[in-house]
Amino acid sequence: MSLTAADVEKIMRLVEESSFDELTLELDGLKLCLRRGTAPAQATAAPAPAAEPASAEASLHTPPAAQAGSPAGAAAATEEGVCEVPSPLLGTFYRAPKPGAPPFVEVGALVEEDTVVGIIEVMKLMNTVRAGVRGTVTEILAADGALVEYGQTLLRVRKSQ
Amino acid sequence: MAIRRILIANRGEIAVRIVRTCRALGIETVLAASAPDRDSLPARLADRTVCIGPGRPGESYLKAEAIVHAALATGADAIHPGYGFLSERPALAALCEAHGIAFIGPTAAQIESVGDKVRARAVAEAAGVPVVPGGQVDSVEAALALGRELGTPLLVKAVGGGGGRGMKCVTRLEDLAAAVALASAEAEAAFGDPRVYLERFVVSGRHVEVQILGDGRGQVVHLGERDCSVQRRYQKLIEETPAPGLSAPLRRTLHEAAVRFGERLAYRGAGTVEFLVDVQREACYFLEMNARLQVEHPVTEAVTGVDLVAEQIAIAEGAGLRFEQSAIEHRGCALECRVNAEDPGADFHPCPGLVREAVWPEGEGVRVDTHIVSGSHIPPYYDSLMAKIIVHGPDRATALTRLAAALAATRIVGVATNLPFHQAVLAHPQFRAGAVDTGFVARLLERRAAAEEIAHHG
Repeated sequence: MSLTAADVEKIMRLVEESSFDELTLELDGLKLCLRRGTAPAQATAAPAPAAEPASAEASLHTPPAAQAGSPAGAAAATEEGVCEVPSPLLGTFYRAPKPGAPPFVEVGALVEEDTVVGIIEVMKLMNTVRAGVRGTVTEILAADGALVEYGQTLLRVRKSQ
Repeated sequence: MAIRRILIANRGEIAVRIVRTCRALGIETVLAASAPDRDSLPARLADRTVCIGPGRPGESYLKAEAIVHAALATGADAIHPGYGFLSERPALAALCEAHGIAFIGPTAAQIESVGDKVRARAVAEAAGVPVVPGGQVDSVEAALALGRELGTPLLVKAVGGGGGRGMKCVTRLEDLAAAVALASAEAEAAFGDPRVYLERFVVSGRHVEVQILGDGRGQVVHLGERDCSVQRRYQKLIEETPAPGLSAPLRRTLHEAAVRFGERLAYRGAGTVEFLVDVQREACYFLEMNARLQVEHPVTEAVTGVDLVAEQIAIAEGAGLRFEQSAIEHRGCALECRVNAEDPGADFHPCPGLVREAVWPEGEGVRVDTHIVSGSHIPPYYDSLMAKIIVHGPDRATALTRLAAALAATRIVGVATNLPFHQAVLAHPQFRAGAVDTGFVARLLERRAAAEEIAHHG
């Protein structure tokens, strides 16, 4: 088996679209090494989404950019065991089961994977949000009653071992 | 009611297109985007972007509730649905109506009447618009009976369909039963509606459609026709206006039929009435109505000077039609090529991926509607349309020359495109002469495949 120029082009495209920085492929008598970018594999995490293009005349406030492409329903890990709990859908975030009731969680609360941490309302339909991770709530970023976008970080949890 | 903020429930080039007109009108824009589109060009151009869900359309662009919620939460007065996605789903229009948001398009009831091919046919018949002989069939037996009556070749279509899905051509009656079963299964899978209907297949047909605008109170004007006969498997690739080689009476018949159809519905907004033109018989038949802005609307804009999105917005505001039929003038000729990320060398397979470099043409009479710039990603979840290259000239020959130059000046690196295919069509003497039928592309590809075969073995 050999590779044509078109094959290599296709493989390069696959690597580019993937989350891998490097690919080594060995076929009988042929070795192909592909590395993304110019620098050797960088130790830093994937860069945040491109700088917010806030247009000067815009009277609308753009909320903090959500992590592009962050998967819903799973807490995304950041530095030193602190996980971000993303919003699984777009809607209005509520910290408490009903107005005036105590919030589901506060900073410092211990949560399990299935602990309810909030509600997201979409056109009067209530969806519960679960922590998806075991640990201690370190920060609550989404305000009660605010519009949250898909993937937007609602709270941070320090993972317990 | 003046619209001050529009939520755009779409992506890609049409989202960019809508933002452009909104900016010109001083209207703010909120883009409802999926996660992979968060950093797309329309997201950068819109005043605000909200992420409505992950990449798969079913979890983002097709979620009417999330979109209306986003519109209410961001203070948008109106929703522009673009084309595709929710543009022709009565659910979004109905939700907007229920929540006091202006839907920039027809009413939910109008979408329903034209979305169902059988009902649309009935509207056409009631409006005195000619239809292709045929009808709905509920069983294989009924299909066979009607098929015998109409004679072959026949076309089997999905009642709730569009875009060529669920459509089958049958040349022998003994194949009809299998084709009906297959079309029905495909229609069920694609549209959740297994109903099919049968019609006579016009062998040498041209696809000509008429752009209309209606005020929703019974007044309708047309903005001329577009010829979209350059199609591959019912996917339009090149469109132009005026349709070349139509006799004046036939052209007038088309325009008048489209207006009558719109009047019958008291149609609101921009819409397109599609016709099949039987070249041999000099006749035209109603095909369907598209209750939305069409992909190919820019060719109409080029020759009429009308900004169709601006008119859609005015109608949604209740301003009605801002000009009469006699005020619409048609100047010159315009053509559009749809540049798709698909490989004509590999059976037009979609080629999503990273566009390393994108250079689009500029110049006299050239317009490019695109969301692709160098570094853009084409996600695998959506259609492969990258750009529409539109040219306008005082006559067809000039427009063709400009189109050839524009295609030659286009440079795309990183993904395969159908540009070589467009160039081949443009160089073809039959296309240059004008008035090709809808079988033109299939014959062209067959001949090329045959030529390659000979080259291989020769």
